[in-house]
Amino acid sequence: MPTSLREAHQKHQNSLDILFRSVTRLSAFAVLALLLAIIASLIVGSMPAIHAFGLGFLTSSEWNPVTDKFGALVPIVGTLVTSGIALLIAIPVSFGIAIFLTELSPRILRRPLGIAIELLGGIPSIIYGMWGLFVFAPLFGDYVEPWINKHLGHMPVIGPFFSGPPMGIGVLAAGIILAIMVIPFIASVMRDVFDVVPTLLKESAYGLGATTWEVVWNVVLPYTKIGVVGGIMLGLGRALGETMAVTFVIGNAHELSKSLLMPGNSISSALANELTEAVGELYTSSLIELGLILFFITFVVLSLARIMLHKLGQREGQTS
Amino acid sequence: MNAEKTITPKLVVRDLNFYYGKDRALKDINLTIPEKMVTAFIGPSGCGKSTLLRAFNRMYQLYPKQKATGEILLDGENILDKKQDLNTLRAKIGMVFQKPTPFPMSIYDNIAFGAKLYEKFSRHDMDERVEWALKKAALWTEVKDKLKQSGTGLSGGQQQRLCIARAIAVKPQVLLLDEPTSALDPISTAHIEKLIDELKEDFTIVIVTHNMQQAARVSDYTAYMYLGDLIEFGDTSTVFTNPKRKETEDYITGRFG
Repeated sequence: MPTSLREAHQKHQNSLDILFRSVTRLSAFAVLALLLAIIASLIVGSMPAIHAFGLGFLTSSEWNPVTDKFGALVPIVGTLVTSGIALLIAIPVSFGIAIFLTELSPRILRRPLGIAIELLGGIPSIIYGMWGLFVFAPLFGDYVEPWINKHLGHMPVIGPFFSGPPMGIGVLAAGIILAIMVIPFIASVMRDVFDVVPTLLKESAYGLGATTWEVVWNVVLPYTKIGVVGGIMLGLGRALGETMAVTFVIGNAHELSKSLLMPGNSISSALANELTEAVGELYTSSLIELGLILFFITFVVLSLARIMLHKLGQREGQTS
Repeated sequence: MNAEKTITPKLVVRDLNFYYGKDRALKDINLTIPEKMVTAFIGPSGCGKSTLLRAFNRMYQLYPKQKATGEILLDGENILDKKQDLNTLRAKIGMVFQKPTPFPMSIYDNIAFGAKLYEKFSRHDMDERVEWALKKAALWTEVKDKLKQSGTGLSGGQQQRLCIARAIAVKPQVLLLDEPTSALDPISTAHIEKLIDELKEDFTIVIVTHNMQQAARVSDYTAYMYLGDLIEFGDTSTVFTNPKRKETEDYITGRFG
């Protein structure tokens, strides 16, 4: 009697285990299926535009719903440039924040500052957009851009990038707002990975007489480089896809301009602005192709990051 | 042990007290560490031997709640003085830790790291310095063909000798070893002990160890500490064979600790 009871119990347990395994497997495969379905529908949806414009879609800066002529160059450039500006600002600032929090800050300040950064990361992007449009852009246009015009606008080579009407909104403003938005992500990842550097390793470097900067630059950073690159990629991923905040401050103009002070457009803000009012198959299809391109850009960026990390790891083992 | 060597004091500790916040971890320590000899600190866990060692290069200064009072004289100069520059101090007093801590860079760069903090080197001079340090640490023959490979790829014992090479590449006067063999196997431990014996030709060595046999094997002088007090200090053979204090005898004979 007790043996058969135990057997029944065992059986019950086994079937539970099988059930559990199938559920987890199903969830994992559902993600893959969803991803493929999204890609497929993007490709199907953009077919008309691909047929009409071919590869020329990528190099044309025309965007005219009236004549049904569309090209993706302006939003592609806008997306890449705003994300680039964002990283250019966010990486050094986040690095500073993380170093301060892990190495220099008095213990009492660590928690409040850490929490503040995490809260900053939790603010919905629409809030950043509103703040950017109503507060940041006017101040930026009144005080910062005139200064930029005056001091950078006439420099050789970089001058054209920094001259133009100080309107506040524009590519540069969008890049800066994006930087503020991705800083919490990059900074908290950097802080977390800096935190796991063994104390003994740091003490060894201090023990040789290294300064805090030398310890951070030569020991902490190489030790954590994979995590740091991961954090930067997380930020870049967010910057590339960010929609609302950018839509508010980028100006939404389908014009290619050298100047960073001029309004421009990004892929996601073009989609947010125009998808609801797109009439005609070709218009809609062109927007969907923009979405496909964004998907592709993100994919390429993430793959490049992986390859880079792999290369770094290999060099570490053999030559470095 | 070294009757033929003249004894010159290298480090003189006077009335040293050490505090972790409010806890007093070292109590009125007075001690003289002779030049170019090996001095061992022994005692049960928590006796303050590592704390004392870390006072010599002021490593505790990384942690705001730790402080030391009293004097530690290095060749007559008080290194606990606020005016003492930390980086110069640590160039004179090198340290090796409980676990090997190779930096995430090549073997060559690991050695060069400390040295180039203080001196400008031509490529050729640096090559020579790296070779010198690795030879001193008895690692040269094992790594000379793979200097460009990562230091983290070496075995534990090799990593620890790499750390010793890294410390002596700066050409310090004093070498602090904080339980340098506690993470190593017996063969690697034997290597390091042999190395310590050779290194005292050039450096003053202070070693903290849990292992009393090790203290007896490698040191010329031994300090026995207990609960923040220096119980006994003297010639290693005397401390081990004919201790003056009952506590010391109990500890080294294994009745306690």
